[in-house]
Amino acid sequence: MLKTRIIPCLDVKDGRVVKGVNFVDLVDAGDPVEQAKIYDAAGADELCFLDITASAEKRGTLLDVVKRTADQCFMPLTVGGGVSSEADVRALLLAGADKVSLMTAAVKRPELVRELAQKFGSQCITVAIDVKKVGQDNFGNIRWEIFTHGGRTATGIDAVAYTKQVASLGAGEILLTSMDRDGTKAGYDTELTAKITGSVNIPVIASGGVGTLEHLVDGITKGHASAVLAASIFHFGTFSIKQAKTAMKAANIPVREI
Amino acid sequence: MAQTAVVIDYGSGNIRSVQKSLVEASLLLGSRHTLTVTSDPDVVKQANRIILPGVGAFGSCMDGLKALDGMIDALDEAVIDKGTPFLGICVGMQLMAREGLEHGKHEGLGWLGGRVEAIKPANKALKIPHMGWNDIRLNDTGNKHPVVNSLKTGDDLYFVHSYHLKLDGTKPLLATTEYGGAISAIVGRDNIIGTQFHPEKSQGVGLKFLQAFLRWTP
Repeated sequence: MLKTRIIPCLDVKDGRVVKGVNFVDLVDAGDPVEQAKIYDAAGADELCFLDITASAEKRGTLLDVVKRTADQCFMPLTVGGGVSSEADVRALLLAGADKVSLMTAAVKRPELVRELAQKFGSQCITVAIDVKKVGQDNFGNIRWEIFTHGGRTATGIDAVAYTKQVASLGAGEILLTSMDRDGTKAGYDTELTAKITGSVNIPVIASGGVGTLEHLVDGITKGHASAVLAASIFHFGTFSIKQAKTAMKAANIPVREI
Repeated sequence: MAQTAVVIDYGSGNIRSVQKSLVEASLLLGSRHTLTVTSDPDVVKQANRIILPGVGAFGSCMDGLKALDGMIDALDEAVIDKGTPFLGICVGMQLMAREGLEHGKHEGLGWLGGRVEAIKPANKALKIPHMGWNDIRLNDTGNKHPVVNSLKTGDDLYFVHSYHLKLDGTKPLLATTEYGGAISAIVGRDNIIGTQFHPEKSQGVGLKFLQAFLRWTP
């Protein structure tokens, strides 16, 4: 049986992890490679690197980090942040990424998803969407829209329609972040998650808002996601990957035993 | 003398992941494999072991192989005529089939009877691609196979694919996984073996399998 994936996410800026971490055994807490190694040993099912480096000139640092991480970790690695061309994808894959995550570039020009999926295979192309609730229609249905630039820029694009579009263009997976919940520790927006997972036939990773182990379980049981992503609960040592797996298992969700 | 293992680079996918995991497996074995990534048919002919990775669509991967002048002949010579141990990973495994039906019909290497078809799970709720960790089941042949039995039934390995290899007969089948129906997880015959999963991304279990491949004397 296919296991539900638990994916820690590292925010990386100029080659360093920016969110504070308090792993006890780290030689260098800011080195993503050190953290990746710990997650590898802890049995994370995949790892996600999100590059939030402001300037394009510093992208070389990310490639170096990806390369050093891939040298030491034997789990699938997804890298996102500023990916906008075939050359970007190739460079990341050659550095050791297994999947890349597209966001703004795909919103600007959805055809890019098709081009990259044809070139590298759908399995390689994750489309990340940042979504906010923007209101209700006359029938009381909630309307969710795509935002870019960390939730600051509205696009006016309907989240469900966009997800269907990128799925039909060949995206292999959706990384869905609720901007309403991100950083709140109030739990995933499971209503949004269920809406998105129900609208496409590709896997959806739930993201944004995890504060408890129960929230991870909700992402699957209520949001019907294929995988759950979290950052701070793991980085700050609030919960371990093992505790997350134990909680999921207790809720009859299949997980990979370590 | 150090053994040479070559990873064929034909412009497809995660060559570096494959190379690094083989280096690690070789270190764990304490062996002295020289790992080379190559696009040169002559290097392939001389190798002691050949690894064909692959991510992407069947047709474009086959085109990538064909684009390397003399590579397919070199593979036939080394693997079929000389019996060099061969490992195909993911699409690299699927290419061993007679044909693939991803984005049109494409001829494969034809080393195994069978064709590569879209996964059509009986349960429509199952998502495609089949992506993530899934457990495998070894059959009797697999249990006796010196590479395959480095794994055991119930081990989780990392899969990511939308198409799968449907064999004509069950003879080359060594292990399966379940995703709305049986999926060929490991296939092989003689000196040839292929995995639908990614041993290079399957942490310790995958490294065990790669070590067994590097030790293999079919």
